[in-house]
Order: sequence, then structure tokens, then C-alpha cells
Amino acid sequence: MIQIQGLVRSFGHTYALQGVDLEVAEGEFLTIVGPNGAGKTTLLRILATLLKPTSGLVRIDGLDLGSGGTEIRRRIGFVSHRPLLYGNLTVEENLHFYGRIYDVHPLEERVEMLVNLVGLEGRRHDPARTLSRGMQNRLSIARAIIHAPPLLLLDEPYTGLDQRATEMLRQLLQDISTESHTVVMTTHNLERGLELCDRLAILTGGRIVHQAEKASLTLADLRQAYWRHVEE
Amino acid sequence: MNSLNKVLTIVWKDVIAELRTKEMFSSMFVFALLLIVIFNFSFELRIEKAAEVAPGVLWVTFTFAGTLGLNRSLSLEVEQGSLDGLLLAPMERSAIYFGKMVGNLIFISAIEALMLPIFSALFDLNLIRPALLLTIFLGTLGFAAVGTLLSAMAVNTRAREVMLPVLLFPIILPVVISAVKATAGILDGLPLADLAHWLRFLIGFDIIFLVVSYMTFDYVVEG
Repeated sequence: MIQIQGLVRSFGHTYALQGVDLEVAEGEFLTIVGPNGAGKTTLLRILATLLKPTSGLVRIDGLDLGSGGTEIRRRIGFVSHRPLLYGNLTVEENLHFYGRIYDVHPLEERVEMLVNLVGLEGRRHDPARTLSRGMQNRLSIARAIIHAPPLLLLDEPYTGLDQRATEMLRQLLQDISTESHTVVMTTHNLERGLELCDRLAILTGGRIVHQAEKASLTLADLRQAYWRHVEE
Repeated sequence: MNSLNKVLTIVWKDVIAELRTKEMFSSMFVFALLLIVIFNFSFELRIEKAAEVAPGVLWVTFTFAGTLGLNRSLSLEVEQGSLDGLLLAPMERSAIYFGKMVGNLIFISAIEALMLPIFSALFDLNLIRPALLLTIFLGTLGFAAVGTLLSAMAVNTRAREVMLPVLLFPIILPVVISAVKATAGILDGLPLADLAHWLRFLIGFDIIFLVVSYMTFDYVVEG
């Protein structure tokens, strides 16, 4: 689903990514963990076509990032640590808006299904700005999957959530990921990162320094590997 | 047709959001009103001189109030992070430009529609004339066309409120000059044929600004 070779991205003289090589198979849930400033958000924004790579090769579903922008965007759902919602539009209006610009048909049924899926039935007519942070995150996920994308990119989705909201979001992500979505999630929370994934990668200093299948990894192993690489 | 639907969807979203808050609309309205009143008192107008300064005052008011609206239009998208939501959509990015541009055109035109009767009363002039309305539309279209593009450029700079007028006013000058000349001619009662060259000038600038903005918006918003 995703092929990345020698991906480099610089901002002036600062290198956010310094030669990332990564592959994600169709239907796989990959978690990328790393400290602040590791390059996680930059990597996801490149995959979401919001940033251009400085150099390197990125293919999504066989399409080259440089030439297949519109077609790639059709295949991607992106959940940023900002909800990308219009605060003055209601829950339903936000979903209708994004549904229309993604050409979703039939839109009414899809919006109804998503409002129920993310548990916002009782708040459907409320402006998005009046929702709690956890509710906004859930609405943001509904926005991201309104066009049923095969690839879901999640950038720190647990940021700022309390315990209950975190649990609801975890359950929601579990439900979504079992619907054969390919998911790439970044987080700096090792425990959360390990919970849902099939494979986990450690990104630090703009490089993937460690990868492991979840089956061969315990939380203690992960902590050890993480601190070893981050401290290097 | 598909792109047109997306343009209209963006316009619908902007209009609905603005109707809820009236944030941009009210600030533009109050600012435009204050400008007209200040100009009115500072020139200590006498009725026979009103027509001489009216075209300039009218377009300075429209330009300054419009700049306020243009500044808010894309900065609101950036502040709430929703510009990324638009950029993620599988559509030509020019659809975003045209959606925002038409939205700006509607908001600025609405302010102008409210200001014209007030301006007419304060300056004792009849401004509700078809030729003048056409001139105002053409001038506003050019202003919104280039202003929307430049606000997308300015929105990612640190001093965006200052940056937009600095970028916009030199470029928009030919439109303002043409609009002021055409407005002055209409208020002086000249036949439309005598003003045709100013109107053609406005149409030409509108087309140039729209085409250039269409071709360059993608580069302006890309990361």
C-alpha cells in the first residue's frame, strides 16, 4: 500500500526526515512511535500530500506522490492532531461539507451511519466548537473516513484526551481498523501505540531506527528498544 | 460540472459559517461606515464639491474594508486548521481558490450594497445607477480575484495583517484607478461610450487576475 525509499525533507537547513525507508502492506496497522521532533508529523503530512518531499520516492497504492496527487488524496483519510473542522458548522454540516467535496453518494445515509458510529447522535445539530476535545476527535475521524478511504493516517489522535475519551477513541480505531483499512498512526505513547498495531516502527532524528512485528514484541521490549534508540 | 459543485460547496460553507457569526461582515461594515463618516467630516464637504471627491472616497472605502475581509477569509481557515481539510480533498486546488474568491466577492458586494445608500445620503449623490453598479461589480471582481490569491500568500507569513495590504495595493492600483475614473465619469453624467475604455480596462484586468490566480494558486498553497 505504501512504499517509501530514501525520503528526505528539509526546512531550510534543518532536516526533519533524513532518508526514511518504509513499506506498509495493504490492511496492515503500523504504529510509528518517536519523541517530539522525531519527524512523525512531517512523515504523515508528506503521505497526506500536504507537504512535498525534498527527495526520495513515495508510492501510495502504486501511485507516485509527485504525479498522482488528486488520485492519492481520494485514497487517504487524514486525522491530524488538529480536528480540521469548521467550528461554526454543526456536526452534520461538517460531514455534509466534506462529503460533498469528496463526492460521497448517497451522502445522507453515510452521514447518518458515521454520526452513529462515532457516538454523536445527540450532538448532531450542535456547532463543532461546542464539542469536547474527545468528541471533536471522534468527529474528526468521521470526517476522515467519510469517503471510505483504504488508507487512514492518524497523527497523534490521543493528544489532549482524558481517560474516558481515550478509551472511546481506542474502541473506535479498533472498529475501523478491522474493516480492512490500512492504518498508519503516530504517537509518542508506547502503550497506546502497541495496543492496536500489527507492526511498530521507531522514528527518531528523522530516521526509522527500529521495526518489529507486534507478535514478537512486549511493552517491556519496546520500552527498552525505544530508550536505547532515542538516547543514542 | 463536478468542479463547479465543489466551488459552490465551499461558497455555501463560507456563507453559512459567516451568517452564524457575522464576524467578518460586522467588522467590514463598521470599518467601512467609519471611513465614510471620517472622510465626510475631514473634507468638510460642500454639496457642489461632493462629486469631485466621491469616486475616490468610495473606492478607498471599498478597498480598505475589502482588505479587512480578505485578511480574515483565509486566516480563519488557517487558525482552525481547516485549510488542510480543503487541501486534502481530491479536487483541483483551483476549486478552493474559486470557492474562496466567490465567497469574498459575495461578502464585499454585500458591504458595498449596504454602503451605497449611506454614501448617497452623506454625500447627497445618487449612486444607484446601472452603469455605476456595473463598474462597482467589475472593480470588486478584480479586487477579490487578486486579493484572494495574495491573502493565500500572506496567510503563512508572521505579519499577515500587514503583509496583505503591502502585497495587494501596488498590484490592485490599476483596477482602483480605472474604477475611480469610470465612477467619476458616471457621476459627471458622461455617456457610457466615453467611459467604455475604462470599463474595458477593468474587464481586461479581471480576466488577467483570474487567469493568473487560477494558474498559480496551486504553487501558493503547496507545502
